[in-house]
Amino acid sequence: MSDTLIIIPAHDEDGKVGELVGRIKSLGLDADVAVVDDGSKDGTARAARDAGATVLSLPFNIGYGGALQTGFRYALSKGYSYAVQLDADGQHEPAYIPKLIEPVKAGLADVAMGSRFLGAGEYTSTFMRGLGIKVFGRIASSIIGRKVTDPTTGFQAMDREVIRFYASDSYPVDFPDADVLIMLHRAGLKSVEVPVVMYPRAEGKSMHSGLKPLYYVFKMFLSILVTLLRKNTFRRGG
Amino acid sequence: MERVQIFSLIVSLGLLFGVVELVRRRRLRESYSALWIFTSLSIIFFVVFPQLLDRLGRLVGVSYTPFVFFLLAFLFLTLITLQFSMFLSNLSECNKALTQEVALLKQRLEEVEKQAEKA
Repeated sequence: MSDTLIIIPAHDEDGKVGELVGRIKSLGLDADVAVVDDGSKDGTARAARDAGATVLSLPFNIGYGGALQTGFRYALSKGYSYAVQLDADGQHEPAYIPKLIEPVKAGLADVAMGSRFLGAGEYTSTFMRGLGIKVFGRIASSIIGRKVTDPTTGFQAMDREVIRFYASDSYPVDFPDADVLIMLHRAGLKSVEVPVVMYPRAEGKSMHSGLKPLYYVFKMFLSILVTLLRKNTFRRGG
Repeated sequence: MERVQIFSLIVSLGLLFGVVELVRRRRLRESYSALWIFTSLSIIFFVVFPQLLDRLGRLVGVSYTPFVFFLLAFLFLTLITLQFSMFLSNLSECNKALTQEVALLKQRLEEVEKQAEKA
């Protein structure tokens, strides 16, 4: 067993997850791969297993954050020292995993966040998404005291302390996001951004559609407010 | 300001702060707080702009303004209970799936234990 676990939450991605796991394996990284099958109705679990990943199958769909957290709880129980999270739809370029882990293993930060806006690649989002990213990026930046260019990134590498934090009940399982950055800061966990390449979403369902953007904005403001009001109970090494 | 408006203001502000506090204490999830926060903000809105409450009354064909208020309260309660029904339906479905999974896991565990005994 390696000291690093790559966690990939997946829901109905049988067309993409096998290829992704294959690509990661071909990079020859010193890391195990776990795919969390979030109640998929298709062959996601089989495709992931065939490609050589450990599969955690949830009995029904609980959403991106919950599936991701399952991976963190698994990593914690198996004693992994480091974890990497990335999306199953191929948006995140796995070749950047070593670049993400680097500052964490060097002890420069507890968690490294892959930012698509730091020049590694060309990425353009829709107007609404871009606006949301800018607004919440600014809010997060001013609160945690460092520049945040990509608050909604699902491409992260982290050490055991952050794995423990993400596995705990304080982790917001709706949309892990800018409020998580503030929570990390309050818990005394250091985060940095690393330039990575991300590809635009090809086809398939987006998490952000319909009435959801409205709820997202409400939830973010409320979550940030209560995070600032709460007392931090996370202790390093606890 | 009329007394009923002051009373409504106090109640809605109390509700607003109460709900935010419950979310802060993790006793209430953000998703279920949305409707409560929207309602308390609406009450505050109509207290500050009572003319709009009159306007709304005329729009729906109700001449007695306090009745409009009750209508909105009724609408809110309907929405909240509807949200609860949806939540409970989902929860029942998940509960069923988990229960079945447990039964299947128990059986597999018994099988594995039997195999281990033989070895």
